[in-house]
Amino acid sequence: MSASAKKLPGAVEAIAMPFLNTLIAFLLSGLLIWALGEDPFYALSLLFDGAFGYQEGIGYTFYYATNFIFTGLAVSVAYHAGHFNIGGEGQAMLGGLGLTLAVFWLGDTAPVLSVIIAILGAALFGGAWAFIPAWLQATRGSHIVITTIMFNFIASALLAYLLVGPLQRPGGQMPESSDFPEGAGLMKFDELMSVLGFSFEQSPLNVSFLIALLMALAVWFLLTRTRFGYEMRVAGKNQNAAAFAGVSVPRVTIIALMMSGALAGMMGLNELLGEQLRLIGNFTLGYGFVGIAVAFMGRNHPLGIVLAAILFGVLYQGGAEIAFEITTISSDMIVVVQGLVIIFAGAMPHLMRKPVTAAYARLIGKGAA
Amino acid sequence: MEFLTDIVLLTDSTLRIAAPLILAALAGLCAERAGIVDIGLEGKMLGAAFAAASAAAITASAWAGLAAGILFSVALALLHGYVSINQRGNQIVSGMAINIMVAGLAPLLAIAWFSRGGQTPFLDSSMRFTEITLPFADVLQDVPFLGAIYSDLISGHNLLTYVAFAAVPVVAWVLYKTRFGLRLRAVGENPEAVDTAGISVTLLRYQAMIIAGILCGISGSALSTALGAGFIRDMSAGKGFLALAAMIFGKWKPVPTLLACLLFAFVDALQGRLQGVSLPLIGEIPVQFTIMLPYVLTVIILAGFVGKMEAPKASGIPYEKDR
Repeated sequence: MSASAKKLPGAVEAIAMPFLNTLIAFLLSGLLIWALGEDPFYALSLLFDGAFGYQEGIGYTFYYATNFIFTGLAVSVAYHAGHFNIGGEGQAMLGGLGLTLAVFWLGDTAPVLSVIIAILGAALFGGAWAFIPAWLQATRGSHIVITTIMFNFIASALLAYLLVGPLQRPGGQMPESSDFPEGAGLMKFDELMSVLGFSFEQSPLNVSFLIALLMALAVWFLLTRTRFGYEMRVAGKNQNAAAFAGVSVPRVTIIALMMSGALAGMMGLNELLGEQLRLIGNFTLGYGFVGIAVAFMGRNHPLGIVLAAILFGVLYQGGAEIAFEITTISSDMIVVVQGLVIIFAGAMPHLMRKPVTAAYARLIGKGAA
Repeated sequence: MEFLTDIVLLTDSTLRIAAPLILAALAGLCAERAGIVDIGLEGKMLGAAFAAASAAAITASAWAGLAAGILFSVALALLHGYVSINQRGNQIVSGMAINIMVAGLAPLLAIAWFSRGGQTPFLDSSMRFTEITLPFADVLQDVPFLGAIYSDLISGHNLLTYVAFAAVPVVAWVLYKTRFGLRLRAVGENPEAVDTAGISVTLLRYQAMIIAGILCGISGSALSTALGAGFIRDMSAGKGFLALAAMIFGKWKPVPTLLACLLFAFVDALQGRLQGVSLPLIGEIPVQFTIMLPYVLTVIILAGFVGKMEAPKASGIPYEKDR
């Protein structure tokens, strides 16, 4: 085998390898369903029915995908800078708090302005919640994985305190705030469609999806077209080289992690400003962790992340259908799938290198002969 | 007098809470001293807690539970070992993947097998590791001070708590006084040298992962079959990460790690005692803030305001023979 045959072309490297890894993760998930005594093909058909079978289902699929685009981009921005931010949960909670405060501050007098301030508030609070772990990582070398996990627990307790205390709905029993003032919310997709003259069933899908796509574009621009994005990627690949080239690694670390926190914080736009229209305790439901799987599956590329987020949207919406129809399989199955995707697509990217290289070499060999 | 009872109660629960932390921290220590970062302590604990509770519920034996807990935890450790050693993958990502996978797998299986909303059946005392009264504890009760310490504090814990405290000198002895321990430490500092001496880096690191798996297995089993009476969703509640922080605070050494675990356990015991108690000057602290205490302490410790922390040199770096 010649040296050139050993090197895989970019397309195989970027698409075929992660695809195979993800496929293995899904095959194992199917095996698990089979081991629990259920029919994986029936489960698969339920999955697609639930996710795409009717308009409301499609709405839900993209509604979940919106969350995962935000959290996936968050993980990915930090990862490009060489850090593993698993504090998406906490940052999203604080983002939700930020937008809630903005809405209650301005919502009664100027609903439209309050929505704009709320978007900024979500990003600001999410970014701020990432600041302390980021600063400790940059200046003291404190393990970012442990500190961000700790900040998740702290955020959860803080939100729980606020929602049974100062922010609780007056006279309410649940850990949730009052409803947002009239008009302080994001437009639903079905409303948008009817404005444009189409009809679409009601669903929680709202314009946050478009904001998420815009953010994906912004992250792509940041990473590939700006000086700071370049500095981030250099620092992520090799801190010493970056420092030698005059990049302030601590500064890049702090800013990159705060941008990551801001993106995670914006998840609240979809959940709270788009659907719930009030702040609820633990509204993040593990979506921050889904971002990890989404980022790795999407190979940390914004377009890949959008596609992976939609796939996880399918898993969440279709998975709910499975959990409803097959009682032995609970929605925890999706968390298992996430773990499998992370371990195969994230931790073992080279697992299939040998067989793929061999198959490719044979293919090329045939073509030449 | 009430103050003294408080102290005794607090110390007692500190020891109890410390046990799973100590075992998990020692697991992390063995892995990292051999050069493998193990963020997956949390997942191994949770997985072992579930396996132990399930096996104990089915066989009605705490020992079968412990065996199942250890087996499952070792299996997860070997998976992490395969990714870290053979695949030379990112160890942090692999550890986190194991945490997430187990967080889903345990309740999924619990629902499929027991249909109790993600819990395992309640274990009555015959299926658990219950309190052991040490010899002469009753007789010595009346001896002033020392008798009280022996009877009230040292006696009356479950077996796994004693195992946890005994594991500290055992691990220290293996690490510092045996040839295996010397090699284990060497492979975490300078794997090239170990390889040059003709000793297999791969084998040593797998051995370290198996030890870590066993220790984490006992730790998780303690959660569900000794401290608790069954598996509850997310019952590890970040303890694996606290253990990791304790190990870092303990500078990757067994005895300081034990002390760090005791500190964490004390804060946890204290927050339990503080709930609903009105303090002078401050008044009653809301429960959500007392719950935060161990987590805030972890961040403060990791901030390194208590001294510099140096990890084993090769920890987290995959070994490539022909590099």
